[in-house]
Amino acid sequence: MNIYNAPAQDTAFVLDQLVQFDKLCEAMHLEEVNLELANVIVEEAGKLASEVLAPLNAVGDSNGAKLSDDKVQESPGYSDAYQQYMENGWATLTAPEAFGGQALPNVVGTAVNELWHSANMAFALCPMLTQGSIEALIAHGSDELQQAYLPRLVSGEWTGTMNLTEPAAGSDLAAVATKAVPNGDHYLITGQKIYITWGDHQMTPNIVHLVLARLPDAPAGVKGISLFIVPKFLLDENGEPGELNDAKCIALEHKLGIHASPTCTMSFGDNGGAVGYIVGEENKGLAYMFTMMNHARQSVGLQGLSISERAYQQAAWYAKDRTQGSRKDGTKIPIIEHPDVRRMLMAQRAGCEAMRGLALIAAAEIDRAHAGAAGASERVELLTPIVKGWMTEMANELTSLNIQVHGGMGFIEESGAPQHYRDARILAIYEGTNGIQALDLIGRKTLSDQGAALAALLDEMAGVEAELRAAGLDKFANRYAASVARGAEVREWILENAGADRQTMGAVAFDFLMLMGYLSGAWVMAKSAASAKALDAQESAYGAPFLSAKVATARFYAEHYLPRVEQHAQTLMTGLDAAFVLTDEQF
Amino acid sequence: MKAIVAVKRVIDYNVKVRVKADNSDVDLANTKMSINPFCEIAVEEAVRLKEAGTVSEIVVVSVGPKAVQEQMRYAMALGADRGIQVETAAAPSSLDVARLLAKINEEENADLFILGKQAIDSDNNQTGQMLAALLDIPQATFASEVKIADGKAEVTREVDGGLVTLEMDLPAVVTTDLRLNEPRFAALPKIMQAKRKPLAVKTVEELGVTLSNSTELLSVEPPAERQAGIKVGSVDELLDKLRNDAQVL
Ligand SMILES: Cc1cc2nc3c(=O)[nH]c(=O)nc-3n(C[C@H](O)[C@H](O)[C@H](O)COP(=O)(O)OP(=O)(O)OC[C@H]3O[C@@H](n4cnc5c(N)ncnc54)[C@H](O)[C@@H]3O)c2cc1C
Repeated sequence: MNIYNAPAQDTAFVLDQLVQFDKLCEAMHLEEVNLELANVIVEEAGKLASEVLAPLNAVGDSNGAKLSDDKVQESPGYSDAYQQYMENGWATLTAPEAFGGQALPNVVGTAVNELWHSANMAFALCPMLTQGSIEALIAHGSDELQQAYLPRLVSGEWTGTMNLTEPAAGSDLAAVATKAVPNGDHYLITGQKIYITWGDHQMTPNIVHLVLARLPDAPAGVKGISLFIVPKFLLDENGEPGELNDAKCIALEHKLGIHASPTCTMSFGDNGGAVGYIVGEENKGLAYMFTMMNHARQSVGLQGLSISERAYQQAAWYAKDRTQGSRKDGTKIPIIEHPDVRRMLMAQRAGCEAMRGLALIAAAEIDRAHAGAAGASERVELLTPIVKGWMTEMANELTSLNIQVHGGMGFIEESGAPQHYRDARILAIYEGTNGIQALDLIGRKTLSDQGAALAALLDEMAGVEAELRAAGLDKFANRYAASVARGAEVREWILENAGADRQTMGAVAFDFLMLMGYLSGAWVMAKSAASAKALDAQESAYGAPFLSAKVATARFYAEHYLPRVEQHAQTLMTGLDAAFVLTDEQF
Repeated sequence: MKAIVAVKRVIDYNVKVRVKADNSDVDLANTKMSINPFCEIAVEEAVRLKEAGTVSEIVVVSVGPKAVQEQMRYAMALGADRGIQVETAAAPSSLDVARLLAKINEEENADLFILGKQAIDSDNNQTGQMLAALLDIPQATFASEVKIADGKAEVTREVDGGLVTLEMDLPAVVTTDLRLNEPRFAALPKIMQAKRKPLAVKTVEELGVTLSNSTELLSVEPPAERQAGIKVGSVDELLDKLRNDAQVL
């Protein structure tokens, strides 16, 4: 069985207790928005997610997108599902009112996006990338471009893509070679982009490609890249899609997972040049991409939660259904009663709850940063690589546990368990590999401010120890406090050793990323446990079973995951210098 | 044409119902509550009639404590125009609800009343019928198709033997069956708009109705646990068991 139910109660708890959603809305001057409304929105999105999108997930896996006659045909049922998604206004959730959006906080958008990705990640990638192009246009597009493209992107009538990667430019976008030549009021774009998600499909009458390219006289490297809009169909005098532009999908990748998400090789300018319009100023394209990076990277981290939650729900169902072994009275034992299976289920559950807390806290920090709250931007910068890197690594582990819970059945495609595992594997790679996230965390986010933002976070984390003690969770508090203290030592070590050589920081960056991930997860679970204890089980709407499960899950997190902080700290503080002894030839 | 749609807040149909330890009632503590599915179908039908231009205004009414406003807002998110809540401590009996609806209609003068055929909690299947009697207007229960034209309603009803089609003068009461329509999902912009739609709260006293409380809940028992089945080896054995053990043939 592979059904999906939105975890609406846990989302409500996180928004209420961890994000303090009503206060956030006050700070954002959103009079009409409150927790009650957010809960209704999440519930309603949950219906579309579980009833319409989730059943198509396996369909898209076995009937992936196909290319013929330069056209990509999306998986069966996806177009209808997209129409429903669009007609119900879900695409408009966070966009500004001026362009037809509902202007809801980013954290609500994130809570809802979790559901789409759980239900059907391959599908949800399409709106996710559209959101990226919307952000780019809002932040940097001219009035004219905004008027022409934004209302239809916001409504979902058209979708958007991000064309960054080229055969020689992946992690290093400075190597982008696609050309843009000025030609009257527009530019002519020629070149090839690879791995372009939802680069073509037939679900909407137009697609808006955002493309990184280089002007003829541009300086070399990162300072010479510009950002362009290249519509699939050029707009006619009425602003409607008209003539086909000189841009097409020439190949689809055969992939490990997300089969329903077409991964396109895009060819621009085979017949003289695709018409493109510059976004913002020349040579600032890469800087613009950076302004959207936090949101995009957090979205991928969120996908890590989503796919793990889906896998957890499947594992929990299977563990109650499958029996192995008999009791003395002859009745069969559901495998959920076997302690090792329980360990795996709790590991999945605790991981998901920690990730949900972290994802929504980080998303709310983006809202706070927009509202100008002190320290919020720095916090966003710091949390983003952790959300992206750690949560996507967790997704690999947790979707693998789902397979293990299934036993042999987990290896069999028909069970559906392998799909989540295969789908999850892309998350650590795209939107900046986790290696790049780790470098970002240790370099731009830690060393560049001498660890100031990190110190602020560690201080805040340390404060939660008292909450745990007040809640009577002393053992948890001991473990937690020791790990936070270890985090502070690691911070010192990094600052002290940074000067030594660049290699050391690069080698330990991943351990630092994972350490910070497990520690942030503990912070979230500690806060959750303390809140759950403080709430009156009789009075609160969450109810005693939910609250006691919350505390137990948090305790499990502390016992199962928190020791990994120590492991990563030990590895990190060796400097891993043995990694540099061998010559390249010796590998 | 004005339509009144009555909606009830009930335990969500997906929730496994628990009985309180003292058997006094169903345990509703921390359980998910939703709009009664038949009421949701009633709202959907009214919205479709409005989209078709037949109905011009949809008034959603619910009787109960403040929490019923959640379900009223949901009905508004589906397309109802405004709401009237009659504030009572608990959900009153069918007869009292019917009397309250009749009273509200003195001011509203609706042309059409659409109700669910029954609520999935108490399963009474009587409020619509009682309302029609109190107002002395025609009724068509268990509707699977509703057509409105020239001041008349043509309603196809699901009955044991098949379908019956009635024509009635308006105003009239229609109660909905499962196959009347498939309710839509609420669209995000409509959820946002629903918050701004008018919702009036009236007390029983304001309406000048004295609740009769004509029924009293004595006890609630969970259904008996289902016994395990048995496998039979042949059709003959099956027939034998049906005849002799189960004694149903
Ligand atoms: C399914 C899929 C969908 C995608 N969708 C899109 C899309 O819509 N738009 C788009 O533009 N791109 C997209 N991509 C591209 C994706 O973002 C890149 O694949 C990714 O950024 C990695 O680049 P690369 O493949 O060139 O790997 P490389 O950069 O060659 O990396 C190979 C390895 O080297 C490591 N590495 C590279 N440089 C460094 C460094 N400086 N320090 C440390 N380690 C380093 C990496 O971490 C990795 O382990 C997609 C990719 C896939 C597979």
